[in-house]
Amino acid sequence: MNQADTTFILISTALVLFMTPGLALFYGGMTRTKNVLNTIMQSFVCLGVITVIWILWGYSLSFGKDIGGLIGGLDFIGLKQVGFQPSKYAPTIPHLAFMLFQCMFAIITPALITGAFAERMKFSAFLLFIILWSTFVYCPLCHWVWGGGWMGKMGALDFAGGAVVHISSGSAALATVLAIGKRNGFGKRSFLPHNLPMTLTGAAILWFGWFGFNAGSALAINQIAVNAFITTHIAAATAALSWLLIEWRYHGKPTTLGLASGAVAGLVAITPAAGFVGPISALFIGLIAGVLCFYGVILKSKLGYDDALDVVGIHGLGGVWGALATGLFASKIINPNGANGLFFGNPSQLWIQFVSIVATCLFSFLISYIILKFINALLGLRVNNEDEETGLDLSEHSENAYQFI
Amino acid sequence: MKKVEIITRSFKLDEIKENLTKLGIKGMTVTEVKGFGRQKGYKEVYRGSEYQVDFLPKIKIEIVIEDSLLEDVLKNVQDTARTGKIGDGKIFIIPVENVVRIRTGETGEKAI
Repeated sequence: MNQADTTFILISTALVLFMTPGLALFYGGMTRTKNVLNTIMQSFVCLGVITVIWILWGYSLSFGKDIGGLIGGLDFIGLKQVGFQPSKYAPTIPHLAFMLFQCMFAIITPALITGAFAERMKFSAFLLFIILWSTFVYCPLCHWVWGGGWMGKMGALDFAGGAVVHISSGSAALATVLAIGKRNGFGKRSFLPHNLPMTLTGAAILWFGWFGFNAGSALAINQIAVNAFITTHIAAATAALSWLLIEWRYHGKPTTLGLASGAVAGLVAITPAAGFVGPISALFIGLIAGVLCFYGVILKSKLGYDDALDVVGIHGLGGVWGALATGLFASKIINPNGANGLFFGNPSQLWIQFVSIVATCLFSFLISYIILKFINALLGLRVNNEDEETGLDLSEHSENAYQFI
Repeated sequence: MKKVEIITRSFKLDEIKENLTKLGIKGMTVTEVKGFGRQKGYKEVYRGSEYQVDFLPKIKIEIVIEDSLLEDVLKNVQDTARTGKIGDGKIFIIPVENVVRIRTGETGEKAI
């Protein structure tokens, strides 16, 4: 065990943990006054639910002994054999530290999806959804990429979760939007964000926590961690600016929500690439991410589906771009354990990335859709019309975020 | 001229606005209000303690119209806002003595 590495991973774990409440604020500010607590709660409660799942069976399904490249075995169930001895995944830190670091990724991924079906899902159905989704979508995907499964063996590069976290949550978001339907009055009424300073606070926390997410994914305090730290920051900065500028051109004014959305889009896009690309590559990855996701969000209104807080446009599209960009910009000079991308003379890497994207999208979309249909038959996904009009804070939780009288 | 004050369920606002605009109503004032009538309130729960909340959130729409429009407006609003359950709200009709448009100094029906 290396003490510096362990310290670094514990700090990174805490940073990634902080992203989930950050996401709660990011999303909460964008909803209406009557749904802010429900939205915050959907992210926040993942800290409780997914932690329990992860310890009992999630970690084992993700990182247990490989079964056919598809899923981990049950050897780590209930944290059996997971102790202070380092594991093969991170040879310099205690196995328990690696387990908890990974737990934070498992927590934030289902929380990301909540933006898509905000303001209309039953809380009970939601809880069942994240339990099933985590078990049947996140754990297998995590195993495919990081736990010794087929995608990692194929050579797909995913440094900190472009496919596992962002493409998977983006595809699941699309499935939930199609399964649950639009909010009442969608297209007729405006659904305006009720508290943008809250959203900006959330975006700031996400940016801060993302250093743990990406740099921590080096799993040791080394040059790759430093590289990931720096590329993360650069991509967030350039994507924030490119979104702002294109929006300025398109709508005539630069907006705070655009700035925050751009930063998050950049962070998403750099996630799979952070430890494989250099700083100037990160600059381009961010620039393109801001523009691409800006158009992705516009596409939503053209296609007419109600992805309330733009999970598909930002995480889906940003994740896909990041995974492709890794196949373009990856360089063995930056990370000798990685691979070269197209721009460094290895076009086959782009194909591998493409296959991993398609597989992740299809798998996450299909399984999510099946899970949602099952829950709909069992409990019903949506609150009734009256509860939706009252707002989910009161109808689902008997609370009000803001008291006036 | 009459002032019509409509207090009703918040989610009916868009529909009411749309239908009144079709009748030729050119402006309105809208306020979020709280109050109670026959509809009973609801409970909020904080750390296990229940609190009875008697004041329910409603929307108040105020418009000023010519007398000739009154009947159409009343029918229109009732048809739009009625759900048949307690809590649909009320409409108050108040005579208006005069109206002044500040920019031009016009008065009476021209100023509505």
